[in-house]
Amino acid sequence: MIWAAVLATAAGCYLLKVTGWFVPASVLERPRVRAASALLPVALLSALVVVQVFADGRSLVVDARAAALVAAAVCLWRRLPFVVVVLVAAATAALLRAL
Amino acid sequence: MRRRGGCDLTHGSGPSEVARTDQDRRREVIRRGLGIAVAVGTYGLSFGAAATTAGLSVTQACALSLLVFTGASQFALVGVLGAGGSAVAGVATALLLGSRNAMYAVALSGLIPMSRRRRLLAAQVTIDESTAVAMTSPLPLAGLGFWTAGLGVYVFWNLATLLGAVGAASVDTHALGLDAAVGAAFLGLLWPRLRDAPRLAVGGALVAAAAVPLAPVGVPVLLAGLAVLPVLVRR
Repeated sequence: MIWAAVLATAAGCYLLKVTGWFVPASVLERPRVRAASALLPVALLSALVVVQVFADGRSLVVDARAAALVAAAVCLWRRLPFVVVVLVAAATAALLRAL
Repeated sequence: MRRRGGCDLTHGSGPSEVARTDQDRRREVIRRGLGIAVAVGTYGLSFGAAATTAGLSVTQACALSLLVFTGASQFALVGVLGAGGSAVAGVATALLLGSRNAMYAVALSGLIPMSRRRRLLAAQVTIDESTAVAMTSPLPLAGLGFWTAGLGVYVFWNLATLLGAVGAASVDTHALGLDAAVGAAFLGLLWPRLRDAPRLAVGGALVAAAAVPLAPVGVPVLLAGLAVLPVLVRR
Protein backbone atom coordinates (compact mmCIF):
# COMPACT_ATOMS: atom_id res chain seq x y z
CA MET A 1 0.00 0.00 0.00
CA ILE A 2 2.84 2.37 0.83
CA TRP A 3 4.50 1.56 -2.49
CA ALA A 4 1.27 2.32 -4.34
CA ALA A 5 1.11 5.71 -2.58
CA VAL A 6 4.77 6.41 -3.36
CA LEU A 7 4.36 5.62 -7.06
CA ALA A 8 1.04 7.44 -7.40
CA THR A 9 2.53 10.55 -5.79
CA ALA A 10 5.58 10.32 -8.05
CA ALA A 11 3.48 9.98 -11.20
CA GLY A 12 1.10 12.76 -10.17
CA CYS A 13 3.79 15.21 -9.13
CA TYR A 14 5.77 14.64 -12.35
CA LEU A 15 2.62 15.07 -14.39
CA LEU A 16 1.94 18.41 -12.68
CA LYS A 17 5.46 19.63 -13.35
CA VAL A 18 5.58 18.48 -16.97
CA THR A 19 2.12 19.91 -17.73
CA GLY A 20 3.40 23.38 -16.93
CA TRP A 21 6.28 22.98 -19.36
CA PHE A 22 4.10 21.88 -22.29
CA VAL A 23 0.71 23.49 -21.81
CA PRO A 24 0.25 26.88 -23.54
CA ALA A 25 0.76 29.61 -20.94
CA SER A 26 -2.70 31.08 -21.55
CA VAL A 27 -4.38 27.97 -20.10
CA LEU A 28 -2.73 28.04 -16.68
CA GLU A 29 -1.76 31.66 -16.41
CA ARG A 30 -5.14 33.00 -15.37
CA PRO A 31 -4.94 35.19 -12.27
CA ARG A 32 -7.33 32.97 -10.29
CA VAL A 33 -5.51 29.76 -11.07
CA ARG A 34 -2.23 31.46 -10.29
CA ALA A 35 -3.45 32.85 -6.94
CA ALA A 36 -4.97 29.54 -5.94
CA SER A 37 -1.83 27.54 -6.57
CA ALA A 38 0.37 30.13 -4.88
CA LEU A 39 -1.75 30.43 -1.76
CA LEU A 40 -3.13 26.91 -1.38
CA PRO A 41 0.13 25.71 0.21
CA VAL A 42 -0.35 28.26 3.02
CA ALA A 43 -3.62 26.67 4.12
CA LEU A 44 -2.38 23.12 3.56
CA LEU A 45 0.87 23.58 5.45
CA SER A 46 -0.80 25.24 8.38
CA ALA A 47 -3.34 22.39 8.49
CA LEU A 48 -0.44 19.93 8.37
CA VAL A 49 1.20 21.67 11.34
CA VAL A 50 -2.00 21.34 13.38
CA VAL A 51 -2.56 17.70 12.51
CA GLN A 52 1.07 16.71 12.97
CA VAL A 53 1.37 18.43 16.35
CA PHE A 54 -2.04 18.22 18.02
CA ALA A 55 -3.74 15.14 16.57
CA ASP A 56 -3.48 11.74 18.20
CA GLY A 57 -5.56 9.54 15.96
CA ARG A 58 -8.94 11.26 16.00
CA SER A 59 -8.51 13.30 19.18
CA LEU A 60 -6.73 16.59 19.81
CA VAL A 61 -4.04 16.53 22.50
CA VAL A 62 -1.39 18.89 23.83
CA ASP A 63 1.82 17.02 24.60
CA ALA A 64 5.59 17.27 24.09
CA ARG A 65 5.03 17.95 20.39
CA ALA A 66 3.31 21.26 21.23
CA ALA A 67 6.32 22.39 23.26
CA ALA A 68 8.55 21.39 20.34
CA LEU A 69 6.42 23.53 18.02
CA VAL A 70 6.78 26.56 20.28
CA ALA A 71 10.55 26.02 20.38
CA ALA A 72 10.59 25.77 16.57
CA ALA A 73 8.58 28.98 16.24
CA VAL A 74 11.08 30.82 18.45
CA CYS A 75 13.95 29.51 16.29
CA LEU A 76 12.21 30.61 13.09
CA TRP A 77 11.49 34.01 14.57
CA ARG A 78 15.21 34.30 15.42
CA ARG A 79 15.92 33.40 11.77
CA LEU A 80 17.92 30.30 12.63
CA PRO A 81 18.66 27.82 9.81
CA PHE A 82 16.17 25.06 9.03
CA VAL A 83 18.34 22.28 10.43
CA VAL A 84 18.63 24.09 13.77
CA VAL A 85 14.87 24.59 13.90
CA VAL A 86 14.24 20.88 13.37
CA LEU A 87 16.95 19.79 15.81
CA VAL A 88 15.79 22.14 18.58
CA ALA A 89 12.22 20.89 18.15
CA ALA A 90 13.33 17.25 18.38
CA ALA A 91 15.54 17.98 21.39
CA THR A 92 12.70 19.78 23.19
CA ALA A 93 10.33 16.83 22.75
CA ALA A 94 13.06 14.34 23.67
CA LEU A 95 13.88 16.25 26.86
CA LEU A 96 10.25 16.49 27.98
CA ARG A 97 9.72 12.78 27.31
CA ALA A 98 12.84 11.84 29.26
CA LEU A 99 11.68 13.80 32.34
CA MET B 1 31.20 47.81 -13.37
CA ARG B 2 33.00 45.64 -10.94
CA ARG B 3 36.75 45.46 -11.27
CA ARG B 4 39.29 43.70 -9.14
CA GLY B 5 42.66 45.35 -8.55
CA GLY B 6 45.97 43.58 -9.02
CA CYS B 7 45.58 41.12 -11.83
CA ASP B 8 43.31 43.33 -13.89
CA LEU B 9 45.57 44.33 -16.80
CA THR B 10 42.90 45.46 -19.23
CA HIS B 11 41.31 48.75 -18.28
CA GLY B 12 38.35 50.49 -19.79
CA SER B 13 35.49 48.69 -21.41
CA GLY B 14 37.33 46.39 -23.78
CA PRO B 15 35.97 42.99 -24.74
CA SER B 16 37.97 41.16 -22.04
CA GLU B 17 36.41 43.33 -19.35
CA VAL B 18 32.97 42.51 -20.65
CA ALA B 19 33.92 38.84 -20.65
CA ARG B 20 35.16 39.12 -17.11
CA THR B 21 32.02 40.68 -15.67
CA ASP B 22 30.01 38.13 -17.61
CA GLN B 23 32.08 35.38 -16.05
CA ASP B 24 31.66 36.98 -12.62
CA ARG B 25 27.91 36.96 -13.07
CA ARG B 26 27.94 33.32 -14.15
CA ARG B 27 30.05 32.42 -11.14
CA GLU B 28 27.70 34.33 -8.84
CA VAL B 29 24.66 32.50 -10.24
CA ILE B 30 26.40 29.13 -9.85
CA ARG B 31 27.48 30.00 -6.31
CA ARG B 32 23.92 30.87 -5.35
CA GLY B 33 22.53 27.74 -6.95
CA LEU B 34 24.99 25.50 -5.12
CA GLY B 35 24.51 27.38 -1.84
CA ILE B 36 20.79 26.66 -1.98
CA ALA B 37 21.53 23.05 -2.96
CA VAL B 38 23.63 22.48 0.16
CA ALA B 39 21.18 24.27 2.47
CA VAL B 40 18.18 22.35 1.17
CA GLY B 41 20.21 19.16 1.16
CA THR B 42 20.60 19.28 4.93
CA TYR B 43 16.85 19.55 5.09
CA GLY B 44 16.65 16.24 3.23
CA LEU B 45 18.14 14.68 6.36
CA SER B 46 14.98 15.52 8.28
CA PHE B 47 12.84 14.17 5.44
CA GLY B 48 14.68 10.84 5.45
CA ALA B 49 14.30 10.65 9.21
CA ALA B 50 10.61 11.63 9.06
CA ALA B 51 9.92 8.97 6.42
CA THR B 52 11.38 6.06 8.36
CA THR B 53 9.82 7.39 11.58
CA ALA B 54 6.46 7.25 9.78
CA GLY B 55 7.00 3.58 9.02
CA LEU B 56 8.40 3.73 5.48
CA SER B 57 11.41 1.62 4.55
CA VAL B 58 14.71 3.24 3.62
CA THR B 59 14.08 2.22 -0.01
CA GLN B 60 10.65 3.84 0.03
CA ALA B 61 12.08 7.04 1.53
CA CYS B 62 14.74 7.17 -1.18
CA ALA B 63 12.22 6.36 -3.91
CA LEU B 64 10.14 9.35 -2.80
CA SER B 65 13.09 11.71 -3.02
CA LEU B 66 14.29 10.31 -6.35
CA LEU B 67 10.89 10.14 -8.05
CA VAL B 68 8.64 12.73 -6.37
CA PHE B 69 11.34 15.30 -5.64
CA THR B 70 9.25 18.10 -4.17
CA GLY B 71 9.78 18.52 -0.44
CA ALA B 72 6.43 19.68 0.90
CA SER B 73 4.53 16.94 -0.98
CA GLN B 74 6.92 14.28 0.30
CA PHE B 75 6.57 15.49 3.89
CA ALA B 76 2.80 15.61 3.52
CA LEU B 77 2.57 12.03 2.24
CA VAL B 78 4.71 10.57 5.03
CA GLY B 79 2.97 12.78 7.60
CA VAL B 80 -0.45 11.42 6.66
CA LEU B 81 0.75 7.81 6.37
CA GLY B 82 2.66 8.08 9.65
CA ALA B 83 -0.45 9.29 11.48
CA GLY B 84 -2.34 6.24 10.19
CA GLY B 85 -4.19 8.03 7.41
CA SER B 86 -5.26 6.40 4.16
CA ALA B 87 -2.98 6.31 1.12
CA VAL B 88 -5.62 8.15 -0.90
CA ALA B 89 -5.72 11.07 1.56
CA GLY B 90 -1.92 11.17 1.63
CA VAL B 91 -1.56 11.17 -2.15
CA ALA B 92 -4.30 13.77 -2.61
CA THR B 93 -2.67 16.13 -0.11
CA ALA B 94 0.72 15.65 -1.76
CA LEU B 95 -0.70 16.42 -5.20
CA LEU B 96 -2.52 19.55 -4.02
CA LEU B 97 0.76 20.80 -2.57
CA GLY B 98 2.62 19.86 -5.77
CA SER B 99 0.25 21.82 -8.01
CA ARG B 100 2.30 24.98 -7.55
CA ASN B 101 5.15 23.36 -9.49
CA ALA B 102 2.94 23.47 -12.59
CA MET B 103 2.74 27.25 -12.21
CA TYR B 104 6.49 27.46 -11.78
CA ALA B 105 6.94 25.49 -15.00
CA VAL B 106 4.67 27.87 -16.90
CA ALA B 107 6.72 30.84 -15.74
CA LEU B 108 10.01 29.08 -16.47
CA SER B 109 9.02 27.92 -19.96
CA GLY B 110 8.50 31.55 -20.92
CA LEU B 111 11.88 32.46 -19.44
CA ILE B 112 14.20 29.65 -20.54
CA PRO B 113 14.06 28.40 -24.15
CA MET B 114 14.46 24.62 -24.25
CA SER B 115 13.96 21.66 -26.61
CA ARG B 116 11.02 19.33 -25.98
CA ARG B 117 13.25 16.53 -24.78
CA ARG B 118 15.12 18.86 -22.42
CA ARG B 119 11.78 19.98 -20.98
CA LEU B 120 11.00 16.42 -19.92
CA LEU B 121 14.15 16.47 -17.80
CA ALA B 122 13.68 20.05 -16.60
CA ALA B 123 10.22 19.11 -15.31
CA GLN B 124 11.64 16.78 -12.67
CA VAL B 125 13.81 19.54 -11.13
CA THR B 126 11.09 22.22 -11.31
CA ILE B 127 10.73 23.05 -7.61
CA ASP B 128 10.66 26.08 -5.25
CA GLU B 129 14.43 26.51 -5.17
CA SER B 130 15.31 26.13 -8.86
CA THR B 131 12.48 28.49 -9.78
CA ALA B 132 13.59 31.07 -7.22
CA VAL B 133 17.19 31.04 -8.47
CA ALA B 134 16.12 31.19 -12.14
CA MET B 135 13.74 34.10 -11.49
CA THR B 136 16.34 36.12 -9.58
CA SER B 137 19.22 35.59 -12.03
CA PRO B 138 19.98 38.08 -14.82
CA LEU B 139 17.86 37.01 -17.80
CA PRO B 140 20.43 35.28 -20.04
CA LEU B 141 21.60 33.29 -17.02
CA ALA B 142 18.16 32.14 -15.88
CA GLY B 143 18.78 28.72 -17.42
CA LEU B 144 22.17 28.39 -15.71
CA GLY B 145 20.60 29.29 -12.36
CA PHE B 146 17.74 26.87 -12.90
CA TRP B 147 19.94 23.89 -13.77
CA THR B 148 22.58 24.59 -11.12
CA ALA B 149 20.01 24.87 -8.34
CA GLY B 150 17.74 22.12 -9.69
CA LEU B 151 20.40 19.47 -10.27
CA GLY B 152 22.37 20.58 -7.18
CA VAL B 153 19.34 20.25 -4.91
CA TYR B 154 18.53 16.91 -6.57
CA VAL B 155 21.94 15.48 -5.69
CA PHE B 156 22.12 16.79 -2.12
CA TRP B 157 18.45 16.13 -1.34
CA ASN B 158 18.78 12.48 -2.33
CA LEU B 159 22.08 11.90 -0.54
CA ALA B 160 20.66 13.50 2.61
CA THR B 161 17.45 11.49 2.40
CA LEU B 162 19.47 8.27 2.38
CA LEU B 163 21.57 9.41 5.34
CA GLY B 164 18.54 10.58 7.34
CA ALA B 165 16.53 7.45 6.59
CA VAL B 166 19.34 5.07 7.52
CA GLY B 167 20.15 7.13 10.64
CA ALA B 168 16.58 7.26 11.91
CA ALA B 169 15.93 3.61 11.09
CA SER B 170 18.55 2.59 13.64
CA VAL B 171 17.40 4.68 16.64
CA ASP B 172 14.33 5.10 18.91
CA THR B 173 12.68 7.96 17.01
CA HIS B 174 10.02 8.63 19.66
CA ALA B 175 12.57 9.00 22.47
CA LEU B 176 14.64 11.34 20.30
CA GLY B 177 11.59 13.48 19.50
CA LEU B 178 11.94 12.96 15.74
CA ASP B 179 8.15 12.76 15.32
CA ALA B 180 7.90 16.24 16.86
CA ALA B 181 10.49 17.47 14.39
CA VAL B 182 8.06 16.81 11.52
CA GLY B 183 5.66 19.46 12.86
CA ALA B 184 8.61 21.84 13.09
CA ALA B 185 9.50 21.04 9.48
CA PHE B 186 5.98 21.93 8.32
CA LEU B 187 6.16 25.17 10.30
CA GLY B 188 9.52 25.91 8.68
CA LEU B 189 7.99 25.45 5.23
CA LEU B 190 4.99 27.58 6.17
CA TRP B 191 6.96 30.40 7.83
CA PRO B 192 8.20 32.32 4.74
CA ARG B 193 4.69 32.12 3.20
CA LEU B 194 2.85 33.29 6.32
CA ARG B 195 3.12 36.94 5.39
CA ASP B 196 1.40 36.32 2.04
CA ALA B 197 -1.82 35.12 3.59
CA PRO B 198 -1.96 35.01 7.39
CA ARG B 199 -5.74 34.63 7.45
CA LEU B 200 -5.58 31.63 5.13
CA ALA B 201 -3.08 30.04 7.49
CA VAL B 202 -5.38 30.58 10.47
CA GLY B 203 -8.36 29.35 8.47
CA GLY B 204 -6.55 26.21 7.38
CA ALA B 205 -5.46 25.48 10.93
CA LEU B 206 -8.98 25.96 12.34
CA VAL B 207 -10.66 23.79 9.71
CA ALA B 208 -8.09 21.04 10.29
CA ALA B 209 -8.49 21.19 14.08
CA ALA B 210 -12.27 21.10 13.82
CA ALA B 211 -12.11 18.16 11.41
CA VAL B 212 -9.70 15.97 13.40
CA PRO B 213 -12.37 14.43 15.68
CA LEU B 214 -14.91 14.16 12.83
CA ALA B 215 -13.04 12.90 9.78
CA PRO B 216 -10.74 9.91 9.16
CA VAL B 217 -7.03 10.50 9.75
CA GLY B 218 -5.44 12.38 6.85
CA VAL B 219 -8.69 13.89 5.63
CA PRO B 220 -8.65 17.05 7.83
CA VAL B 221 -5.73 18.49 5.85
CA LEU B 222 -7.55 17.89 2.58
CA LEU B 223 -10.69 19.49 3.99
CA ALA B 224 -8.65 22.54 5.01
CA GLY B 225 -7.35 22.86 1.44
CA LEU B 226 -10.79 22.43 -0.09
CA ALA B 227 -12.36 24.87 2.37
CA VAL B 228 -10.09 27.72 1.35
CA LEU B 229 -10.30 27.06 -2.41
CA PRO B 230 -13.52 29.08 -2.89
CA VAL B 231 -11.87 31.99 -1.05
CA LEU B 232 -8.85 31.81 -3.36
CA VAL B 233 -10.86 31.56 -6.54
CA ARG B 234 -13.08 34.50 -5.62
CA ARG B 235 -10.12 36.86 -5.17
